[in-house]
Amino acid sequence: MPDASPLTLDSVSVLLVWTAIAIYALAFIAYAVDLARRGAVAVEAKDAAARTARDRELVAAGGGSARTGIIEQMRAQEAASEDALNAPVGRRSRLVWARIGTSLTVLGFLFHLGGDVTRGIAAGRVPWSNMYEFALTGTLLIVAVYLGVLFRYDLRFLGTFITGLVVVLLGGTAIWFYTDIVPLMDPLKSVWLVIHVFVASLATALFALAFGLSVLQLMQARREARIAVAARAQDAADTSAGSTAKTGPRFLQTLPSAEALESLAYRFAILGFIFWTFTLIAGSIWANDAWGRYWGFDTKEVWTFVIWVLYAGYIHARATRGWRGSRSAWLSIIGFTAVIFNFTIVNMFFKGLHAYSGLS
Amino acid sequence: MSRPRSDASTGSDASTGSAASTGSAAGSAAADPLRPADHADAVDPVSGSDGITQPALGVVGWLRWGWRQLTSMRTALVLLLLLAIAAVPGSLVPQRSADPNGVRQYFVDNPDLAPVLDNLSLFDVYTSPWFSAIYILLFVSLVGCVIPRTKHHYKAMRAQPPRTPARLSRLDVHHSEILECQDDQDAAAAAAAAVDAAQQQLRKAGYRVARYDGGRAFSVSAERGYLRETGNLVFHASLVGVLLAVGIGGGFTYTGQTVIIEGRTWVNTMLDYTSFNPGRFVDEDALTPYALTLDDFSLSYVAPGQQGAGQAGDFVAHLSTQFPDADAGTGEVRVNHPLQIAGDKVYLMGNGYAPTITVRNGDGDVVFSEPVPFLPQDNNMTSQGVVKVPDGLREQVGMVGFFYPTAQELTNGALTSVYGDLEYPMLTFWVYAGDLGIDGGVPKSVYTLDPAEMTQLAGGDSGAESLELKPGETVDLPDGLGTVTFDNEAPEGAAGFQDSVKRYVSLSIHRDAAATWVLVFAVLATAGLLAALFIPRRRMWVRATPQGHTVQLEYAGLARGEDPALDGAVDQFAQRHLASLADREPAGARPARPETTPDVD
Ligand code: HEM
Repeated sequence: MPDASPLTLDSVSVLLVWTAIAIYALAFIAYAVDLARRGAVAVEAKDAAARTARDRELVAAGGGSARTGIIEQMRAQEAASEDALNAPVGRRSRLVWARIGTSLTVLGFLFHLGGDVTRGIAAGRVPWSNMYEFALTGTLLIVAVYLGVLFRYDLRFLGTFITGLVVVLLGGTAIWFYTDIVPLMDPLKSVWLVIHVFVASLATALFALAFGLSVLQLMQARREARIAVAARAQDAADTSAGSTAKTGPRFLQTLPSAEALESLAYRFAILGFIFWTFTLIAGSIWANDAWGRYWGFDTKEVWTFVIWVLYAGYIHARATRGWRGSRSAWLSIIGFTAVIFNFTIVNMFFKGLHAYSGLS
Repeated sequence: MSRPRSDASTGSDASTGSAASTGSAAGSAAADPLRPADHADAVDPVSGSDGITQPALGVVGWLRWGWRQLTSMRTALVLLLLLAIAAVPGSLVPQRSADPNGVRQYFVDNPDLAPVLDNLSLFDVYTSPWFSAIYILLFVSLVGCVIPRTKHHYKAMRAQPPRTPARLSRLDVHHSEILECQDDQDAAAAAAAAVDAAQQQLRKAGYRVARYDGGRAFSVSAERGYLRETGNLVFHASLVGVLLAVGIGGGFTYTGQTVIIEGRTWVNTMLDYTSFNPGRFVDEDALTPYALTLDDFSLSYVAPGQQGAGQAGDFVAHLSTQFPDADAGTGEVRVNHPLQIAGDKVYLMGNGYAPTITVRNGDGDVVFSEPVPFLPQDNNMTSQGVVKVPDGLREQVGMVGFFYPTAQELTNGALTSVYGDLEYPMLTFWVYAGDLGIDGGVPKSVYTLDPAEMTQLAGGDSGAESLELKPGETVDLPDGLGTVTFDNEAPEGAAGFQDSVKRYVSLSIHRDAAATWVLVFAVLATAGLLAALFIPRRRMWVRATPQGHTVQLEYAGLARGEDPALDGAVDQFAQRHLASLADREPAGARPARPETTPDVD
């Protein structure tokens, strides 16, 4: 903690950051309520849909088994959710709690931005040159990318994940990583600090979104598979009673199909991958200036490489028969785990030339 | 004008508007013979030609089978994942290449485990047989994959867009419209005119187009985004380029280390290097014999009382440079800013103090006098160095020195340095006499003293106080051996201790023949990647079929690879095309039914 007595710019920054954390925590709660309520809404919608489906079935005179009924219903819901995902800002469903969540996230973001900028001004340089500052700016970018993406896709169902992640990372940062402002060490005095670290954080933000979507994709795929099994079972038993199989959290019923989630995750992952590639190259150029070699399998370099290869694997998997779908989603999840590992464990406990965390 | 809307009908139930094209949909149109057979978009081998029942294979058959396995997407993927996993241990265990001292320490700390790990090459992961095997296989697979695809792509770029499929409605995206002709207009002519217009618009939009008129129908087939595949191939080929550049360039690369004390000159010959690692093809006798003189080493400190007090920075080595047969020049080496000279790059790797020490014998004759580089031990530049005086004294003398640029006494009486700059410099010596052990011909480090054959005369457990000197002071050596002086190097009359002790820099001199090429290929790879990931490759067809007094217009699109925008693109094209038809012949052909028309095929 910095000295609190004279109100320095840096202690203002810390205050702003803590406020942001508190607001993000509230946003997390709002988003969580939203997910819970979506579940309830989904059940109502389903009943309504079931009614119309039954009517239609009557019209279609003896048409369709229970199986096609349940599956069609699921497909219809998923298609509707996919339309909702792509709906322009003005035509989105009025989810009150999601709106509260987003508003709070924007507010938290503003405080967070303030904290980051004041830290930068106090330090007289870009606010990403030690672990505390990387984390501050990195999480800021995660929120920024999330909010930016909301203009294009209604991804508010990822709100709990994003705000939760940011509360944990930023909270941990403020508690454990706080470091006083000290002048930059010579190797950090480089334009590459500005570029390399910023782009890496941007890539991380995109990977985070891809990760969240991949997790949902897996959940949704499991639900789809269970519904298919349930439908088959019903067909066999030839009953048309409602499905009672457990298919995971109910809010899944308001999300697009696993396939749609996958293709969206993929889009974020490839953007992230491009930025990561750039990070790798910029880092090598910098290493060549600072350490006299562009590549030396320093621990941090190793992990950057491992992450790059994992995401290359993910992109490949998407194009490989037998791997598209759930298997490739696991690669996205493993990739992001490696990103977080690289940022936390490697920075703190692994020995190497990248000794710039500022922690002792 | 009220625009007719028609639903985009989805070709196959499985891909609800998704980018993935199901290869079977367009029959041979989507099958891509030279993509790896297990590409997600390729025809499923089970239903395709490669049946699962393998006939008895001869040697050639097995070889071909093995090659096909190696160059399959699945193998590439598995090898990529293996590569990621195999790279990890190198971050857990110190590596000889990056951290040789760490390895030595590891052997000391884990005497039982270390040899086992060493047998598994775990201290040289990135040159180990198993790591090499993975990446070599990966690159063989890569080459085996890229070459046939390049051939195929070359042909594809010169070929015409494929024939319009008979059943457009089975494609990923499909719209259908009915145009009503004017009374005096021939439906066939209207159809032809519509396709002409579509052809023109598609060409303008960057599509390669081909006409397939036949039977009753007129159609244009269009394809765009060849650059996507080009990008993919450039990307993969550039990875091979990076590997080759590293491999071949490494042979012409060398790195060497040296130390220069202020005022001294270093010459780029093998003699003057303290260590030198040449690549296989480097001619050590052909180095350009330029000379570097360290005129001054400057740096700054964060003043006491400020945050980060004592932190040193802004290191600059000011050098004079001299080539044989040329005028002298000057140069600077800073962190992040190596000096470029004669194709070499000179890096600043470290710095320290080199106290000038003079030793005289009992008669007052100088037997040793030079600046001795001391190795920094902490952030405040507490430094340690060794003085060896083999000749001129009654016995061989070795001294282990400790230098404190700003000395302060701890409560236990020991000294420490509290600041890196020369505020209150102090030098202390432990003195040993006896056999230095340097006559045996075994090279000894200048930074260490082996006291095995020596007796300690001062400092440590010897009972006698260690010698303590400030710049300019002289003290007696024990046993009347002579005297030691800590020379003050500051100019005459200087106040304080600034400049009283010389500094030195350790420099690293590199010739890297590979770096530029690696960068070129890396940039190419990135450019290729951007093209491969973001340029959509798609096919589009427009067909006009005269039906009595109307014309059925069909628009269809097929994604080749990820193409989330396909739907929109076909939709937009259809609307623009229809609008242009309506504009061109205001009273002529115009969309007949504003409501959705059923797909007819
Ligand atoms: C050094 C190893 C490799 C790396 C790092 C790598 C990386 C990548 C990346 C990042 C992509 C996505 C970008 C693009 O579409 O161009 C990609 C695509 C692709 N790679 Fe590789 N690759 C490697 C080896 C291979 C090998 C050995 C094969 C052949 C079996 C292969 C076949 C392909 C194919 C067919 C695609 C296109 C996928 C699609 O259609 O979307 N790659 N690769």
